[in-house]
Amino acid sequence: MNKIWLIIKREYLVRVRKRSFIIMTILGPLLMAGIIILPTYLAMQGHDERTIALYEENTFFSSKLEDTDNLHFVKIPFEEVNIIKEDFSASPYYALLDIKDAENFTLYSNQQVSLSVQSEIEGKLSDIIQRQKLELAGIDLQILEGVTTQIEVETIIIGEEGETTGNAEVSFGIGFMCGILIYMFIFMYGTMVMRGVIEEKTSRIVEVIISSVKPFQLMMGKILGVALVGLTQFLLWIILTLILSAFAEVLFFDTLTISTESIAVGKEQSLILSSLSTSLAGINILQLLFSFVFYFLGGYLLYSALFAAVGSAVDAEADTQQFILPITIPLIISFILMQPVMDNPDGVLAYWLSLIPFTSPIIMMVRLPFGVSNAELILSMALLVAGFLATTYLAAKIYRTGILMYGKKASYKELWKWLTY
Amino acid sequence: MSESILIAKDIVKQYGDYLALDHVNLEIPRGSIFGLLGPNGAGKTTLMRIINQIIAPDYGTLIFDGKPLKRADISQIGYLPEERGLYKKMKVGEQTLYLAKLKGMPHNEALEKLKFWFKKFDILHWWNKKVEELSKGMAQKIQFVVTVIHEPKLLIFDEPFSGFDPINVAIIRDEILELKKGGTTIIFSTHRMESVEEICDNIALINNGKTILEGAIEKIKNDFRSNIFSVKINTENLTLPEQFQIISNTDNNYQIQISENATSNQLLNALIEKCEIISFQEKIPTMEDIFIKAVKDE
Repeated sequence: MNKIWLIIKREYLVRVRKRSFIIMTILGPLLMAGIIILPTYLAMQGHDERTIALYEENTFFSSKLEDTDNLHFVKIPFEEVNIIKEDFSASPYYALLDIKDAENFTLYSNQQVSLSVQSEIEGKLSDIIQRQKLELAGIDLQILEGVTTQIEVETIIIGEEGETTGNAEVSFGIGFMCGILIYMFIFMYGTMVMRGVIEEKTSRIVEVIISSVKPFQLMMGKILGVALVGLTQFLLWIILTLILSAFAEVLFFDTLTISTESIAVGKEQSLILSSLSTSLAGINILQLLFSFVFYFLGGYLLYSALFAAVGSAVDAEADTQQFILPITIPLIISFILMQPVMDNPDGVLAYWLSLIPFTSPIIMMVRLPFGVSNAELILSMALLVAGFLATTYLAAKIYRTGILMYGKKASYKELWKWLTY
Repeated sequence: MSESILIAKDIVKQYGDYLALDHVNLEIPRGSIFGLLGPNGAGKTTLMRIINQIIAPDYGTLIFDGKPLKRADISQIGYLPEERGLYKKMKVGEQTLYLAKLKGMPHNEALEKLKFWFKKFDILHWWNKKVEELSKGMAQKIQFVVTVIHEPKLLIFDEPFSGFDPINVAIIRDEILELKKGGTTIIFSTHRMESVEEICDNIALINNGKTILEGAIEKIKNDFRSNIFSVKINTENLTLPEQFQIISNTDNNYQIQISENATSNQLLNALIEKCEIISFQEKIPTMEDIFIKAVKDE
């Protein structure tokens, strides 16, 4: 037991002292903060205003086309059309809209017109035609406008703790975040374990070490050491992100909220935040946090043992491809199926995927914010523990033989033989 | 205290269809240097891994220091594998300390012993260097140090001289002899026969997973005497009684085989009568000859 601690300590210290770890730890929150701040910042910057030249023989459309925040329409006479077409870049216009009749519209430009501009113009034109048709059918437009209503359905979850407010969007967001994080963690740190095993093999130190400790101790020490590296990194990311976003709030929003436009954005944000906090009340935070750490570690342990086995079976990282694929397939499948599971979090697909240990770490975390019965959760967790014990047992058998095999690329047949030694 | 530090009884190890060790028996006398010989793939490394408890035998027992070998005994064994290396990115001092502690040494004792060996080899200034900055020969010294650092009763070297430069070979050989004087038993595997004759007391020859020859080196050499003498004389047409058979003659260098009931003195007497003797020497088989003969006879 004392020796496994020595191994964990070495694996941990060697990695957290690496320059790449320190850089990633600092860059991670900066990137995350960027992802959070940049869209808000850009939203506050307003849009490019674009001037569209408009040619129409009569004034049917041009009288009804209204300017929007970013589109400004200028009606031009026929003579100007050819001048613009001849030398577009000399004209002050972004594009030229040529309306022949109610069915033929052409947009000229010296560049590919942006999709948003095109769809905005299309929308406006079809709106005008629609209204015209309604008017011709004798429908009063004022009545029509009065008909438009917007309602919001409040969702209440009747659970064991009484009634709580639900919010599908927030559940969706939280589930998605957790799923992605676990997926990333398993991949990043699983390959880190694999590289560590390959390094020990290629540097030929492995036999020196297993003359002092059991191969299983070396493998588990490495897996646990890397797990601690991962937890350290995530913890530092959370702390640094919090500090950074606190700074960013002070730096950006205090100076910018003076403009009326951004006040509106600010209000919107605080609205979102307050709705977020009420909807979070509907989610069992404690259960969510506990489950996250559980599936985070459980999924990692399950897969990293397999990654370690792969590392032991090869001599160089380039040879890992054929063995990595079957390991990553269940991971990638769970990643792809996150969306369908969120659409139907209580469906048959979601149920089974959240029980199978290979997919449950991601899928169960996606389902959890929507509410999962305790019995199901406990069953899934128990199966994950069983799955982790099983993969570790099998991986250890491959590992202890694989690390002593030099110079030849193992085949699946050989791996199978190693399991029986 | 039993006379043998290690006794291997009936060791069998099978990998699938391949029988790596086929009922191997060995006895390693305490305080001796024991050469484990055999061609590549004979099963030497498998046997050494079994002694180090890296792999378990399918059948058979090992007696270490009078008792069945157990897990805790690994702190009494030092092993330098044929495939050996170090963590390249780790510093020398930190790494040797780690490996010493893995053998079960307490921190301070490990540090003290390491400094002793580093001073002895005059490599103390490498302490904070990364292994990748060292040359191959330097790394080999470090590997030797971590093998012996915990002062085990039994040292096992698998091809210790492969890849070493001649200066390091001499240093390591002297250290091995020094350790033997201190009472340590040393097993070492090699197919370099010169080094066997130089330092081994006993040997075992393994081929195809079986021990085909075992015993004290002097006795084995005696057993393999061919009773052939090299004689240089000044006569071209030599004839001898029938118990002496001339095998070859090149430029008056004769190879003469004497029959079992004859002695070398009788041959000398026979020669003295006929010619002048310039040199007379028994052709003693080298370990290499014995090795090749034994493996071929198998």
